[in-house]
Amino acid sequence: MFIFKYIKEVYSGLKSLVVGLRRTLYYFSHHKEIITQQYPDNRDTLVLPDRFKGEVVMLHDDNNEHACTGCTACELACPNATIKIITKFDITPEGKKKKAIDKFVYHLELCTMCNLCVVACPTDAIKMAQTFEHSVFNRAELTKVLNKPASKIREGVE
Amino acid sequence: MVEEIGSTADGNIILNVGPQHPATHGVLHLVITINGETIQKVEPHLGYIHRSIEKMCESLTYRQFIYVTSRMDYLSSHINNHACALCVEKGLQIEIPSRAQVIRVLMDELTRIASHELWWGAMAMDLGALTPFFHAFREREAINDIMEETCGARLTMNYMVPGGVMQDIHPNFQKRVKEFITLFKSKVSEYNELVSGNIIFQNRMKGVGNLSAADAISFGCSGPTARGSGVSCDIRKLYPYEIYDKINFEEILESEGDSFARYMVRVREMSQSISIIEQLIDNIPEGDFQAKTKAVLKLPKGEFYQRVETARGDFGIYIVSEGGSTPYRIKFRSPGFSNLSALDHMARGSKLGDLVAMMGTLDLVIPDIDR
Amino acid sequence: MWSFSKISKLMDGWLSANFSPTSTMVIEMVIAGIAVITLFALLGLVLVLMERRVAAWIQIRLGPNRVGPGGMLQSLADTLKLLVKEGMTPDGADKFLFNLAPFIAMMVAMLLMAPIAFASDFQLWDLNIGVLYVTAISSLMVISILMAGWASNNKYSLMGAMRSGAQIVSYELSAGLSIMAIVVLSGSLNLNEIIQSQADGWWIFKGHIPVVIAFIIFIIAVTAETNRAPFDLAEAESELTAGFHTEYSGMKFALFFLAEYINVFIVCAIGATLFLGGWMPFHIGHWEAFNHVMDFVPSSIWFFGKTFFLIFLIMWFRWTFPRLRIDQLLDLEWKYLLPISMFNILLITLMAILDWHF
Repeated sequence: MFIFKYIKEVYSGLKSLVVGLRRTLYYFSHHKEIITQQYPDNRDTLVLPDRFKGEVVMLHDDNNEHACTGCTACELACPNATIKIITKFDITPEGKKKKAIDKFVYHLELCTMCNLCVVACPTDAIKMAQTFEHSVFNRAELTKVLNKPASKIREGVE
Repeated sequence: MVEEIGSTADGNIILNVGPQHPATHGVLHLVITINGETIQKVEPHLGYIHRSIEKMCESLTYRQFIYVTSRMDYLSSHINNHACALCVEKGLQIEIPSRAQVIRVLMDELTRIASHELWWGAMAMDLGALTPFFHAFREREAINDIMEETCGARLTMNYMVPGGVMQDIHPNFQKRVKEFITLFKSKVSEYNELVSGNIIFQNRMKGVGNLSAADAISFGCSGPTARGSGVSCDIRKLYPYEIYDKINFEEILESEGDSFARYMVRVREMSQSISIIEQLIDNIPEGDFQAKTKAVLKLPKGEFYQRVETARGDFGIYIVSEGGSTPYRIKFRSPGFSNLSALDHMARGSKLGDLVAMMGTLDLVIPDIDR
Repeated sequence: MWSFSKISKLMDGWLSANFSPTSTMVIEMVIAGIAVITLFALLGLVLVLMERRVAAWIQIRLGPNRVGPGGMLQSLADTLKLLVKEGMTPDGADKFLFNLAPFIAMMVAMLLMAPIAFASDFQLWDLNIGVLYVTAISSLMVISILMAGWASNNKYSLMGAMRSGAQIVSYELSAGLSIMAIVVLSGSLNLNEIIQSQADGWWIFKGHIPVVIAFIIFIIAVTAETNRAPFDLAEAESELTAGFHTEYSGMKFALFFLAEYINVFIVCAIGATLFLGGWMPFHIGHWEAFNHVMDFVPSSIWFFGKTFFLIFLIMWFRWTFPRLRIDQLLDLEWKYLLPISMFNILLITLMAILDWHF
């Protein structure tokens, strides 16, 4: 009968609304469910995973030495010409000329953090760091030179 | 955002919807011809985010072009990368170690769940309920954290390479995925309470945007859009790739063809993806995570095609190679493009307020359509 | 203990002792006017912040908590922002009506403050047709909306205003019928007498099921009257048209925005007065000891507590439910709410005649 159908419709409609209301009341009253991290205040305790791809850095050990031989494998692997390696010729103690890197120019503004350069490096000289706050006011600061001044290649790296 | 750009003699008004939307679909420009409240014709104008990805790929090598496809359908970025890697492997005819296969399928299914979560939240938001969006993002955050730990990024992961995956999974991967499965299962009943069971939602989605099975096939719709009309088109079942033929899962079909059917297909697909993950997570075989490949990949001369099932539907990649280290031509078959073409047919005769429900259930991601 | 009525009586006594009766009246009117405007401003600030916090907690996140302790000064910052915004008038708009519309909205809200009893014996104007006055003046709200839509010279504002007008006019019927339920039971239109008749228990408990039904219909109807979700298709970040206040910016928009929140407060105050007893503490029948304990809490706290509970209820609806389409909205009213409330009125009349309530 029409009246029974009508009442059933109203009842089931109201019930579905009340079920939804109960769920939101649960969230309103249980504040431990809040998962917001209050970002600028939690910089001290913020831990990013090791593999997070923030920017490319060159590893330097305690003696300010790195492992980059200037083989340009990373420059060739990069899809959009973010890395540019400038080489120079060093004189080794035996008097021979050896190629070494002068500057490892890295354009952070072009990098897509795809990790292809890190994977391509045969000597594990570069890796991805976990920094993510890259905003600057002056674009020139985004063109970085990754090898520290006065650093040289470690012995035995080929 | 809405302005009249003309009117025809019979009282129809032409108005613009977009390209700046309050909804989260991207830059979609629809030109609607409307008479009072009833829609007469919908014409999508595309191209606002065309970045000539296919042309760009012609100058990138076979290892380098994969990262660009993440940016097309950014919600199923792993699945897009997977398709590219599979196509290149088809050309090189190399065998993938089974560990890499299992990891790839796991990542695919996690991405599918993440994409459907965002779709669910955005769909509820379009219809006016602003709360489910945040609840959906809580689950999506759990998946993003898993991805961040293993792949290093949260949205455009670039984890698949021709031959396998770029790095091995993190030691915490299994534990985190299991935690996520528990979290998801405890929250999935909430989706019904808040959205699907709610009478207001049901009234706004039932009977809206009817698409019959024959129309779905003729427009080329795929994915949940077509499965909501009863068309069986899951690529994972019809043309299985990787190890999908060995996994036990169901293809979800609904027969009504209205918005509510498409909605339920996606919600049930999330549970199916969870069951696939459960079958695989404890049985990841040992072995290599990447097959040995040459430093510079060169595909032999010829044409190669690979289809996968993304969260939106049937994604295809077609590589034409002349034997060099960069492809001669790459073409992507995007699922969103064909799904969008069905919008005109569905929307004729509906009210203006129904257009949003329809666009929501088509699950459009405009960068996928415009490439 | 202090109470609002004692303070007002003190002031009245002092003023009439020192000034002539006419100037006493004038001064009291000025004081009342300033008090109402201050209450508006305070309520606006508090309600906006409450809305944002309630919304945030429902959505599992924190609300504004930076500006001031616990975010209390957030609304102040928002007000300052709105003050310095440029107020543009669209070209070709009817300037007089365009500027007048927000003020009419505010005037209606202010007029409605008059009969509300904030505490025992603390009312601006105790007129003997209080309920009729409230329903009549709240109907004037439609005028400001239609004025805003028409004067904007924008086809879509007009469409939004028309939809909103249809919605408000329809839902007034159900709201009126639910209010009638209480009038029938208590036998008077005077708000004070209605509150006094709840001295042995609030109507929502005394008149069991029919009054609960009337209360539910009342809440749904006033949510629609004030254009709040899930009935906010005319104004919210909606699908296509952006509603009757698209073209307003700066202070005029702030006035509309404020008028909406004040309207919510007023209808909740009316609901609290009629159904939940206004400033009457929670009494159960004739349990003298219990009633005496309940009387210790000041009546103004009872009133504001009940009103804010109803406001929370309306906010809770907003953040849980999606929007209704315009035809579904009008369907709901004419096919469901109106027949049920008409049947309900018959039941309540029967109850009142046969004395079937507590």
